[in-house]
Amino acid sequence: MAAVQGGLVDADEDKDIKTEASNDSWGNNNANDGRLLSPSPGSSASAGSNKSAAGASEEQQTLLAVLQFLRKNKLTESVEILRREAGLPEDSLEPKGAESSGAGSGGASGGVDLEGGDASSLLSRVTASSTAGAQAPTKVAAGEDQPDVNVVLSAYSQQGDPALYEVYYSGLKRFIESVLDCHRAELSQVFYPLFVHMYLELVYNNHESEAKAFFEKFSGDQECYYEDDLRVLSSLTKKEHMRGNETLLDFRTSKFVLRISRDSYQLLKRHLQERQNNQIWNIIQEHLYIDIFDGMPRSKSQIDAMSGSLAGEAKREANKAKVYYGLLKEPEIELPLDDEDEEAENEEGKPKKKKPKKDSLGSKSKKQDPNAPSQNRIPLPELKDSDKLDKIMYMKEATKRIRLGPDNLPSICFYSFLNAYQGLTAVDFTDDSSLIAGGFADSTVRVWSVTPKKLRKVKSAADLNLIDKESDDVLERIMDEKTASESKILCGHSGPVYGISFSPDRNYLLSSSEDGTVRLWSLQTFTCLVGYKGHNYPVWDTQFSPHGYYFVSGGHDRVARLWATDHYQPLRMFSGHLADVTCTRFHPNSNYVATGSSDRTIRLWDVLNGNCVRIFTGHKGPIHALAFSPNGKFLASGATDGRVLLWDIGHGLMVGELKGHTDTIYSLRFSRDGEILASGSMDNTVRLWDATKAFDDLETDDFTAATGHIHLQDNSQELLLGTYMTKSTPVIHLHFTRRNLLLAAGAYNP
Amino acid sequence: MAEERRQKQCSVILPTESMKAMAESVGVGQLQEESCVAISEEVSYRIKEIAQDALKFMHHGKRRKLTTSDIDNALKLKNVEPLYGFQSQEFIPFRFASGGGRELHFYEEREVDLSDIINTPLPRVPLDVSLKAHWLSIEGVQPAIPENPPPAPKEQQKAESTEPLKVAKPGQEEEAAIQGKSQGATAADGKGKEKGLIRLKPRSTHELSVEQQLYYKEITEACVGSCEAKRAEALQSIATDPGLYQMLPRFSTFISEGVRVNVVQNNLALLIYLMRMVKALMDNPTLYLEKYLHELIPAVVTCIVSKQLCLRPDVDNHWALRDFAARLMAQSCKTFSTTTNNIQSRITKTFTKSWLDDKTQWTTRYGCIAGLAELGPDVIKTLILPRLTVEGARIKAVMEGPVVSNIDKIGADHVQSLLLKHCASVIAKIRPQPDNVEQYRTDYGYLGPMLCSHVMKARTQAALQAQQVNRTTLTITQPRPTLSVSQSGLSGSTGPRTPSIIKVPSSLTLMSPRPGTPSQPSPPATKYIVMATSAGTATTQQVITLSSSQSASPVTSTVPSATSTLQPLVKLESGSGPGLTGSRPLQKYIVVSLPSSASSSLEPKSSVIPTSISSTSLEAGMKMERSESPGASTQSPH
Repeated sequence: MAAVQGGLVDADEDKDIKTEASNDSWGNNNANDGRLLSPSPGSSASAGSNKSAAGASEEQQTLLAVLQFLRKNKLTESVEILRREAGLPEDSLEPKGAESSGAGSGGASGGVDLEGGDASSLLSRVTASSTAGAQAPTKVAAGEDQPDVNVVLSAYSQQGDPALYEVYYSGLKRFIESVLDCHRAELSQVFYPLFVHMYLELVYNNHESEAKAFFEKFSGDQECYYEDDLRVLSSLTKKEHMRGNETLLDFRTSKFVLRISRDSYQLLKRHLQERQNNQIWNIIQEHLYIDIFDGMPRSKSQIDAMSGSLAGEAKREANKAKVYYGLLKEPEIELPLDDEDEEAENEEGKPKKKKPKKDSLGSKSKKQDPNAPSQNRIPLPELKDSDKLDKIMYMKEATKRIRLGPDNLPSICFYSFLNAYQGLTAVDFTDDSSLIAGGFADSTVRVWSVTPKKLRKVKSAADLNLIDKESDDVLERIMDEKTASESKILCGHSGPVYGISFSPDRNYLLSSSEDGTVRLWSLQTFTCLVGYKGHNYPVWDTQFSPHGYYFVSGGHDRVARLWATDHYQPLRMFSGHLADVTCTRFHPNSNYVATGSSDRTIRLWDVLNGNCVRIFTGHKGPIHALAFSPNGKFLASGATDGRVLLWDIGHGLMVGELKGHTDTIYSLRFSRDGEILASGSMDNTVRLWDATKAFDDLETDDFTAATGHIHLQDNSQELLLGTYMTKSTPVIHLHFTRRNLLLAAGAYNP
Repeated sequence: MAEERRQKQCSVILPTESMKAMAESVGVGQLQEESCVAISEEVSYRIKEIAQDALKFMHHGKRRKLTTSDIDNALKLKNVEPLYGFQSQEFIPFRFASGGGRELHFYEEREVDLSDIINTPLPRVPLDVSLKAHWLSIEGVQPAIPENPPPAPKEQQKAESTEPLKVAKPGQEEEAAIQGKSQGATAADGKGKEKGLIRLKPRSTHELSVEQQLYYKEITEACVGSCEAKRAEALQSIATDPGLYQMLPRFSTFISEGVRVNVVQNNLALLIYLMRMVKALMDNPTLYLEKYLHELIPAVVTCIVSKQLCLRPDVDNHWALRDFAARLMAQSCKTFSTTTNNIQSRITKTFTKSWLDDKTQWTTRYGCIAGLAELGPDVIKTLILPRLTVEGARIKAVMEGPVVSNIDKIGADHVQSLLLKHCASVIAKIRPQPDNVEQYRTDYGYLGPMLCSHVMKARTQAALQAQQVNRTTLTITQPRPTLSVSQSGLSGSTGPRTPSIIKVPSSLTLMSPRPGTPSQPSPPATKYIVMATSAGTATTQQVITLSSSQSASPVTSTVPSATSTLQPLVKLESGSGPGLTGSRPLQKYIVVSLPSSASSSLEPKSSVIPTSISSTSLEAGMKMERSESPGASTQSPH
């Protein structure tokens, strides 16, 4: 690779340089970089063009000026794009190592530059490429233009004696091991963040071997649920690695949150001050956020239940906002159809039994739930006639619903995808269970009809003109019989399809893919209607709102986006997760969105203002499944750690832990009445849990909410109602039909 | 645990040699050592980074296996051109090469001739994705259908039977509780709920669904019925079906009862069928028979050592059954013998004890020896070889002494050939080379010379081939082909003895001996069951001649003796003979040919020709009633 960097090039100086600059080599530039802080307005174009006419280099100048401007305004992404398009190498702008050696070299610019020049000339390739005039702005620019990463990392530049790190750490360890039992568990929380920050400091300050020794000595002491992070950490041994490592960046930018009781905190503080242990004290001050509460210190199990996320526990304030978790009032529907039905029933000799029932239903929904959001908090789409019909169908089916319970378990119908060759990545059922869709690694989406009714396309426009629009069965007539088939393939994505969701009215299907787009498909024409671009990286999950129109998507870019089907740009961006957003779910009242992430937290977002209203920590692995209880009060989450956690949304508390699965849980679903929670996992089992019992008599007073003194009973085995093993089929989707039959789906994996 | 983890996390770095090799492969020679170190550190770090991202794709692809496409996608995330050409879903074989002080692992890329690809026929189009639904659970109970895993995996069955205490421990208690619950839901089993107080091992219920009952009935009937094709199917089903766990106790009782009854009745064919069922059950990979050995082993042992297994010990080949059962016994010893149940030592004791008894009959003696011999060369060496002299003397007494009875002679003959067969190979291994006849005589007495020749034969054979005494497990090896024809005869000489072993009245009437008035419109057909084996090596065709008593006209059929191990079933149906009146129904002859093993060496006298049997000497229609009245499962244990 030819070197592209010609030191500082001004129009005036062009002549000076061009004799030799063309031979610039990498090494020289590095030598320069160290001292010169080269992201100067003058850092110029490719080697070849150095020699070229002044015009070309003027162009370069403007380009660089633009880049500088962008930089100053922190538009780093634009910088990147522009730079890429202009074909400038990364180094042309980056102040490599500037910060680190800044202390030494920052002072005297002139001298340094001379030195730089000497060095260059020694290498006999480059002339001293700068003049005093050019340098002053260089310095300034460099001072201002630290890219984000370096700002973040530079906090580490404080120097301590690397050899003492181990002493400090083990000193603290000894202290914490010697304190009273009740405090020990709480104070032990400090170990992990301290360990990580101390290690990073060592790495940042180029004490490679010390860092390694430090890691080897203490990494074994850390809690086992941090293993994954430690693995990332262990591979990071050089300062250069720190740049661009997202995990680390997160660790640095967000303060690690610890919840410690006041007594324990005082103890720690006194100890550190007595020992004058500034190193540790600084880290605690700068990088940790200690959430102090008054009251009893928490026990080890209570702490373990809540910890495990990438950035510690949630701050208490984070979960204080009021959440309207109640359900929206069901719109009242006058049913001409229902009358017919009743007449029919009358004929059968069942006089009006249904009527009182209906009334009770109606009156129930008339009562305003104090926890429910107001009806128009979020503008929801108007109900169409077809939606009303569907609602009627729903109610009819609901009357035939089976009451489930521990003594009355649901039947499970399993849909196996055969010959999928490990390519099945996502599955969804329609609410009425008439269609099933599968997303595949080969970028296709397939839709099957599971009822005898075949899938038909709408006729072409020309043919549509021919039909009689006045006829009663016009909806039938528009369908093209010739296209009837049991399944349809939707092609359009250019990467594996990871998320899939039917609209509630069954007219649309959403799919999200590795290619960074979310696509909206029509199930009338079986064509793609819209491609929503916004995530630049793989989109892991997407879901329609229960009321239609809105949908949410989340992906590798750590942002969840709220969209409306008729807008090509997102309406809301929910950002705050520190790693990939792996799954997204709408609250039954459509006012909230829950997202699970690889940072091992679950966040609840308010659709109205885009605020994060809840942060749930406690999982020890990336979260892959979420489910709201039908009454909207609870949330269940499943992760790669094989545990299902239950959360009280109103109080922002963990209320249960269901252990039993041995592999990633990919699917969770509450029965229609919320009595049973079904979980499907990679370990080829479907498990049923007694949700009623799990949510019974919870201790959800304000005190526990305030301090996180949760008491989880270890009663998973009592709550487990059934385990159903498939032969060799991971369960990746579950769905309760309107009559409470459980449908499960997965790809047979011989 | 911390140790373990630290091990895992110690940072692995690619060797610098790899860097050098790679640099050379792209034309950069003479890379400095420091640069190599720097590059390898950087590369290792980047590779780890990419692997971590690839894992994300694996998780979201809902897979357990990382594929090449995951790596491609991870590279794409980093804005790096993916590696093209790695499409394999399967394991990519890396090859290893060393030379010039370097060790390389590389992926072999073969040169492919385009014309080869073009000319080869297109591979089959892979099947399209399809959707199939089945019931994983019906109201909380998992139905035992092929789509679902077997209700109790073999490991669990094994655990239950070998370590019954463990089952009650908390880990499995939950499952038991669940089962109790789910069963409580269906069968209203009250017991499941009281379990909170007393920790009881849950009763394992073996209720059979209607389908399972039907299946059981069909299978048992087919197994002991007359149609060989059906039997083969039934046995196949027993040997492979994953859902038989629930029916196991019933099968086990069926077999043990069946053996009990049929030994008394000397019904050889049925005993053989039952042993084949045992074999099939043992072959089923999803079943663990430990719990049922108390029923099965006595049945099998009976078939080995019983004094009499057939009606005509001089003609019928009960030896084959003994051999087969002995092999079954050996197999179950191998599979189930543990230090706690001591099956093998108990069985060995039983065999030796009755063998040592002087009064033991030749048949039992044969069984004991066969049973011991099948347990392996070690047993032969320690238990049989020392007794060869004694046994030889006894055989000599029978063979050369005054003729006692034909049956004894046959027995002694069989014992002799059995001993020769089993001992020869063992002796060949433990005795040094020069085989001196005289030496053998002094060592082994009467059997010495014969042993000597056998040993020599074994040695030459071992030299010729790698001595593959490859017994097909399903076949029954018989030293000689024998024909046994049982017929419910006409002659009054058989007396009033009812040939039927089976207590079904209808079959009794069917099979009761008839006064042979041809004019009488007697409905039942006379049946012949011919048990025949053909020597696999015999090239001649065997002619089986059956003379039916009524017509006195022999029905001759030719059974081609194939060299294959499994003989086809031969069914003969002869029309009425010329002397018959028209009112006689057709006579049915059913010839069941037992397959024989192909090893000719085991059959020194394979030239014995099918006997033509006069029906008068025969009686006892064997199990024919079964074919007549399939509904009557006479031995069914319920």
